[in-house]
Amino acid sequence: MKNKISVAAGTSKNNKTGAWRSYRPEIDFEKCTGCGICESVCPEPCISNSHKINKMGKEVRQIDYDYCKGCGLCAAECPFKAISMKIEKK
Amino acid sequence: MTKQYQALSPGHTACAGCGELLAMRHALQAAGPDVIVTGATGCSEVTTSGYPDSSFGMPWIHSLFENSSSVASGIAAALRYQKKQDKIKVIATGGDGATFDIGFGALSAMWSRGDDILYICYDNEAYMNTGVQASGATLPGTSTTTSPSGAVEQGNMMPKKDMPAIAMAHGCVYVATASPGYPIDIQNKVKKALTMKGPKYIQLLSPCVPGWGFSTDQAVKLGKLAHQTGLYPIFEAVNGQITSAMKVPKPTPSVSAYLELQKRFKHVLKNPQLLATIQAIADANIVKYGL
Repeated sequence: MKNKISVAAGTSKNNKTGAWRSYRPEIDFEKCTGCGICESVCPEPCISNSHKINKMGKEVRQIDYDYCKGCGLCAAECPFKAISMKIEKK
Repeated sequence: MTKQYQALSPGHTACAGCGELLAMRHALQAAGPDVIVTGATGCSEVTTSGYPDSSFGMPWIHSLFENSSSVASGIAAALRYQKKQDKIKVIATGGDGATFDIGFGALSAMWSRGDDILYICYDNEAYMNTGVQASGATLPGTSTTTSPSGAVEQGNMMPKKDMPAIAMAHGCVYVATASPGYPIDIQNKVKKALTMKGPKYIQLLSPCVPGWGFSTDQAVKLGKLAHQTGLYPIFEAVNGQITSAMKVPKPTPSVSAYLELQKRFKHVLKNPQLLATIQAIADANIVKYGL
């Protein structure tokens, strides 16, 4: 009898955890300097480089709201206060 | 845009703001794709590998609570037989319960055999996955569900095992501690460890939101404060000799700056004698490691 007990890499993406969130982090497009600290401290990780350039010529980060649990680590650690936590509305 | 290697994918079920998954992500990302990882039972396993999903980007195996290091030894032996030991590295991981208590015999044996394996311990200072029971890694004075603070006892009364010293005594070629307050430091230490041959040990502090009782956005701040107060010395040792230690700021913040953010130490702040005991641990660390 052969049982398939191994699973493919990275398949937890099927499990969307965005509904856990009660506060929603929002990145201020013009304030972001693209330092990447938010990307580095996100435990999910659901922050990535959007490759969109703002007026300062920096690559702004983006948040994948399908997975963000709203912990607020990115907002707490952002050295430029470019991320704000807003209450999630339906 | 090229597709980047992702050691840990989103969609795992760890609590919002988990410090353990944050530390684990940086450690495994630094190790790169050419590794085989074994995991012990604990939050790092339960949250990431609920069948039929996996968050990991590399081969990752879980067997039991106690035998993460034994399974890793078996994998290392198989790789030696296939003459692939230089191309593929083996990493064994476990929480502090698996490392300090339950899997300690198997871990000690793995170190004694001298297998070329990196052991990474995610130290969140209690059995968090089963509901905050005290472990060998719990600090004195910590309130847990098996050592609650009350009229007779003031939390856990046993000292924290000095696991890095135990690893050094086994002849580990590389021993280091790190904290998610400094993610680049975690990455550098894992990369450095994987260049060495022989048994290696890295201990990562893992702030736990429900177990420690802090708000979800403070895992990184606590990771920094644990080091800055001297309670969690960050150092590395090669062949049993401490080669570098991360200095604490002068003047050093008192331990209450770290303790006051956590519910598990709430009673300590009202008890000057217990607070002095914990401050003495931090002061002793600063002297011992020259922080």
